[in-house]
Amino acid sequence: MAVESDPPPPQPHPVIALTGVAKSFGAVRALVDAGLELHSGEAHALVGENGAGKSTLIKILAGLYRPDAGHIEMDGEAVAFTGAADALAAGIAVIYQEPALFGDLTVAENLFVGRQPRGRLGRIDRAEMRRRAAALFERLGVALDPDRPAKGLSIADQQLVEIAKAISLQARVLVMDEPTAALSGREVERLFGAVDALRRKGTAILFISHRLEEVHALCQRVTVMRDGRRVSTDPIEAVTTDELVRRMVGRDLSAMYPHRETEPGDVVLRVEGLSRTGLCRDIDFTVRAGEIVALAGLVGAGRTETVQAVFGIEARDAGRVSIDGRELRSGDPRAAMRAGVALVPEDRRQQGLLLDLSILRNATLTRRHRLSRLGFLTGGAERREAAEWTGRLHAKYGRLTDPVGTLSGGNQQKVVLAKWLATGPKLLIVDEPTRGIDIGTKAEVHRLLSDLAADGVAVLMVSSELPEVLGMADRVLVMREGRLVGELARPAATEEAFMRLASGQEHIGEVRS
Amino acid sequence: MTTVADAPDQTPSAGTGSTALDLILRFRALGLLLALAALIVITASVNPRFLGAQSIRDLLFAAAVTVLLAAGMTVVVLTRGIDLSVGSTLGLSAYLTATALSSGTPVPLALLVGIGAGAACGAVNGAIVHFGKVPPLVATLGTLYVFRGIVYFTAGGSRVNASDLPRGFLDFGSGAVLGVPYLFIISALVLAAVAVFLSDYRAGRDLYALGSNPEAARQTGLPAGRRLMTAYVLCGALAGLGGVLYAARFGTVDASAGYGMELNIVAAVVVGGVAIFGGSGTVLGAGLGALLLTVISNALPVLRIDQFWQQAIVGALILAAIALDRLVGLRAARALRRKASHVD
Ligand SMILES: Nc1ncnc2c1ncn2[C@@H]1O[C@H](COP(=O)(O)OP(=O)(O)OP(=O)(O)O)[C@@H](O)[C@H]1O
Ligand SMILES: [Mg+2]
Repeated sequence: MAVESDPPPPQPHPVIALTGVAKSFGAVRALVDAGLELHSGEAHALVGENGAGKSTLIKILAGLYRPDAGHIEMDGEAVAFTGAADALAAGIAVIYQEPALFGDLTVAENLFVGRQPRGRLGRIDRAEMRRRAAALFERLGVALDPDRPAKGLSIADQQLVEIAKAISLQARVLVMDEPTAALSGREVERLFGAVDALRRKGTAILFISHRLEEVHALCQRVTVMRDGRRVSTDPIEAVTTDELVRRMVGRDLSAMYPHRETEPGDVVLRVEGLSRTGLCRDIDFTVRAGEIVALAGLVGAGRTETVQAVFGIEARDAGRVSIDGRELRSGDPRAAMRAGVALVPEDRRQQGLLLDLSILRNATLTRRHRLSRLGFLTGGAERREAAEWTGRLHAKYGRLTDPVGTLSGGNQQKVVLAKWLATGPKLLIVDEPTRGIDIGTKAEVHRLLSDLAADGVAVLMVSSELPEVLGMADRVLVMREGRLVGELARPAATEEAFMRLASGQEHIGEVRS
Repeated sequence: MTTVADAPDQTPSAGTGSTALDLILRFRALGLLLALAALIVITASVNPRFLGAQSIRDLLFAAAVTVLLAAGMTVVVLTRGIDLSVGSTLGLSAYLTATALSSGTPVPLALLVGIGAGAACGAVNGAIVHFGKVPPLVATLGTLYVFRGIVYFTAGGSRVNASDLPRGFLDFGSGAVLGVPYLFIISALVLAAVAVFLSDYRAGRDLYALGSNPEAARQTGLPAGRRLMTAYVLCGALAGLGGVLYAARFGTVDASAGYGMELNIVAAVVVGGVAIFGGSGTVLGAGLGALLLTVISNALPVLRIDQFWQQAIVGALILAAIALDRLVGLRAARALRRKASHVD
């Protein structure tokens, strides 16, 4: 979506300026020499690889971390924040990469916690709070009940609550750390609309994203970070996407969608008549050895629900799933794992990782049995294994024994991938494999997937990124409203063909080759 | 289908309106009331004297202190904490109050001494937990012994007798209006005040937020330290008030007052539906839990059931309460998931 960029009037001082900021966690130097200037009425993009230090920088801005060196100025005056409350009081609102809601409180209370509207005797005015919450959601076009508890919201909805909360703060500076990673196209558009309205009223915006198209659509200026340092700051028109990528990665990028022609082998996965009440119906498909099949569709089409039923995380209500001709028991992921199926889930924090355990443990969790000798975990084998896979994925970390929770968002995602790739699966199911992963690693993940396919692994991929789907898949299965509505084979798989099927403008789109 | 709130003018009850969560909580209170009623009916059918004025008065006397302490404990448990030192705090406060009174201190001042001592104990707990970053279980287990040690040290084996205390104080302690002891009325009023504080004031809601997700609380800039201190000081002050009530009721106070009381209080809170990991529950539930446990311990002798069984029944109740929470939680989660999956 395009946003006209009216050049902001020249200002004497940036609203906020960080210079020479450094921050280390033990031996990990997250920030070495970072800097940033935000101007009123301007949207500023911050881009960089996973682990470049983006989230750390904004946590300093938000008062959550104290920098080891460097200074922060607001309106030309030095400031020091000792907690989130300070930064909030100074007018800085932050949407963090990982939404953190209060599960036991209602959605409305989550929006207004600490600043609930008060009535007589200082008591909380719940009716008013609900009214404001509803108004806010209406403005953002979000269909959420303010009175429901926040527990159990999908990541997208959690993210929307965080966005609504930050917007309602009417801050002078609005910081957004990958707010769009879990959102659908429509929601992103609404978010951008709301953010742009704020910007026109003079709010300074800081926007972090790995989707460079979004950066171009929303922002007027862009700062690139690499290894904890500022590489450059430019007006957005002055740099091409390729140039941005080169600065982020520090080298030229290999092909984004390496595709190898492989001769598909035997059928590995066969799904017949799979149904889950209210979620998906009568799904039939197969995946062969050496083949990459994408399950595509708009958000909410039932793709995640389908793969979860295939893997057995959720029981199916009808239908058969078989691996190499042997049927899998419904609702039994262990059986699926034993049969050689691996699933990399969509929501890494809740389903994929034990945040307090080390990277080592997490990366090898699924392999424990094979690595143990005489019932003991053999440290050496475990370590080698973890080092190999995290290395192949360019995961950036201090030591393998650090808790996974201390990794950057994208690097956590890589550990989840490593964990499942290490099982050496026959069928690899990946749900949004590159969400939150930087562009360099994205190409790497793609190369890895096609290598695996070339080695005879059957790959089933769910992705909301159309270029990824079209670039990687041998066949694209299109879902809409819980049903499989068509199949596109490689040459016929184009954006228009997909959109026609996914949005329901054409029913019989089967092009088999 | 999720709908955006359509009827904003439903009378906002003390709770959170008509959310699923709220229903469950109210349902929980209802369940406790039913259990209470059933127990009373059964016991009374065995021995009608159980419903006699004297018997009810005894029961309410016994419940007064438990309910009060359960309210305080709830406030702490909501923040993911626990206060194991409430029994010792009560003992300290009771002893100090009684000593003060016996040496001629006016009653209002002695009352302040008792509550103040409790609040000070609470402040010590809060400081160890917040500034020392010691897990509440460990911190208050330590102060349980420390506070009790202080009582033993100051009392040194002596005790304060009822005859040393002013008449008016003792009369108040054993007095009742319409068959309801003054002490119980005080507890009930305090409980109501704490309930309003927790549900209708920002500071109270912050306690739920802190227990629900400490990391998010930090990101939101909630004043975690201040709130934790408030919770522990409030809990201590209520235990202190409990000590005053204890002295008023028994008149005779020695160093062992309130010994071993803490686990009963924790049990009452858990049975009352307050999540031991923080974030959810109400003082009303905790109060009902305390009442239920008191009724059980008064009813069993009437039913001629062994003392031993009392322990077992309390244990079973705790397990049932936790199992119920799990079940309700799972159901609610499933219902919410289903609801959520229809949104987009
Ligand atoms: N609390 C912490 N303890 C230890 N190391 C940390 C901590 N927080 C961040 N790091 C490290 O600092 C580096 C920068 O992390 P940061 O989260 O800022 O990256 P990022 O640029 O936001 O990456 P992504 O795009 O993946 O979100 C990483 O190497 C990370 O492991
Ligand atoms: Mg980040």
